[in-house]
Amino acid sequence: MGMTYVQKVIAAACNRPTVAIGDVVEPEVHLAMSHENGALVMNQFSEIYKDTGLEARVWNPDRIAIILDHRVPAESSKTATNQKKLREFCGKQGIARFHDIRGDEGGICHQILPEYGYVRPGMVVVGTDSHTTSHGALGAFAFGIGATEMASVWTLGHILNVEVPGTIRVNVNGKLSPFVGPKDLILYLIGQLTAEGANFKVLEFHGDTIRSMSTSGRLVLCNMSVEAGATSGIVPPDTETQRYLREEAGVKDELQLMTPDVDAVYEKTLEINAARLDPQIACPHTVDNIKTVKEVANIKVDQIVIGSCTNGRLDDLAAAAQILKGKKIARGTRMLIFPASWRIYREALQRGYLSALAEAGAVICNPGCGPCLGVHQGALGDKEVALATTNRNFKGRMGNPNSEVYLCSPEVAAASALTGTISDPREGGR
Amino acid sequence: MGKVVLKVADDISTDIIYPGRFMATVLPTETPQFAFADHTDFNNKLKNNQVPKGSYIVAGQNFGCGSSREQAASCLKGWELTVIAKHFSRIFLQNSINLGLATVICPDILADEGDEIEIAGEVVRNVTKGKEFKITPLPKARQAIIDAGGLIPYTRQRLLMNKA
Repeated sequence: MGMTYVQKVIAAACNRPTVAIGDVVEPEVHLAMSHENGALVMNQFSEIYKDTGLEARVWNPDRIAIILDHRVPAESSKTATNQKKLREFCGKQGIARFHDIRGDEGGICHQILPEYGYVRPGMVVVGTDSHTTSHGALGAFAFGIGATEMASVWTLGHILNVEVPGTIRVNVNGKLSPFVGPKDLILYLIGQLTAEGANFKVLEFHGDTIRSMSTSGRLVLCNMSVEAGATSGIVPPDTETQRYLREEAGVKDELQLMTPDVDAVYEKTLEINAARLDPQIACPHTVDNIKTVKEVANIKVDQIVIGSCTNGRLDDLAAAAQILKGKKIARGTRMLIFPASWRIYREALQRGYLSALAEAGAVICNPGCGPCLGVHQGALGDKEVALATTNRNFKGRMGNPNSEVYLCSPEVAAASALTGTISDPREGGR
Repeated sequence: MGKVVLKVADDISTDIIYPGRFMATVLPTETPQFAFADHTDFNNKLKNNQVPKGSYIVAGQNFGCGSSREQAASCLKGWELTVIAKHFSRIFLQNSINLGLATVICPDILADEGDEIEIAGEVVRNVTKGKEFKITPLPKARQAIIDAGGLIPYTRQRLLMNKA
């Protein structure tokens, strides 16, 4: 029987010719990522070594990456102390892939990993962050785990008790309309699948829409696959994957490009006609509460956020700048921009995107997770409404349970900034 | 035997169980104070020690969806609660097993706040309603971690085996 893409990756990481869906295995880990919650991983790691008489050393410092992004610069002394502990730990353990709070190499973990070529096709990547699914965009089997599980990985270099997941195949064909993009596609898919429709499963993306999509767009799809409950979202690697890794990430070594077998067995196959998609929006308070922008047009918006690991890349900022250039954000609506990394920030600065956005009235913030998870900047007031290109709209997500969050593409966010209400970018804002 | 102290709907996210604004607090000894922080009444009951150990939370589908934050499991473990859900989100379930938070998958569970609950072998017995509901066993692979007392002791065993 043929294997799906994830079966092939897992089999290779277990040194086995094949694995079957449901097999319980202990694959080797090629990359283990943490951010600020690495402080908890450190605590659990030292617990593992307690009373063993052994010195606590990570299994392989070259396979660990730690990126400070959730609360940068620190919002509290507690966070600053956690960050300090991580800095010291990385020094002591020889972890070179430590991305500190710096304008040259900082950013959001899910942008830094691809940008620096840390992720390759065929890798098993684990991260103490649910959006680790992002890295499936480069053909890795990448999934989120908890801090204790990561401490176990730091110790053993394998992830214990992985059940080989079943796969839902998603075939996407047709050309996306102008002002409709990967975010609309993934929101539509989550609406179809529901928030739990892919729980314990992998989403494997195929079709000509995916083949002609940039890695940036694929990162959006895989990033939000977890919002349908998926263990991982994966785009099997192709020439675009190679192009991105060679040209943008500077990877020189050989790449391993696997494909799923033609007789692979899928749980089910979904067909999506991309040409028929309208701009989509996730309404409060679940990501699967999907409507078209038309259905919710004219809702007043207090805060607009463009950024995050989902939609804070250069193409996202370009799209927003194009819509807002030479215009003004409506009074009574504020807009915050969070580029996904400092490389993107500097590039957007050079290309004039940031000045166009600031001149329109947007506030340009430093790269980081920002208000996405309600711990740092950009909290919402009581009964305020936010429209964000981020990935979650759960009650309280942006720091206030008495507020509402809608999720959309950068195009919808920018068009809505002009009117101060949820607006369809195809109508050119005002 | 214990009482249902909280009943919640489907798709309860980790943002509700442990709001993001408390994420700088990481240690399992410190997280319990923020359990369901925005469910003020329930959170106050916990902090005023009005919720006996061994009480139950009854949830719908996809409990613990969203963030991988382990605080969502450790904060409930700290109060020695048991979560009975129709089913759980993958990462939350794994975190619970790793930390030893008692979780019960019970797809047909019917219970209301105040009901007396008993776990009897392969069923959840709602004593108040006089009904029994079948438990879906956890994947066998997880049993080794549970038997070892959680992932920390389990990993320690494996580490010492490797070094031996």
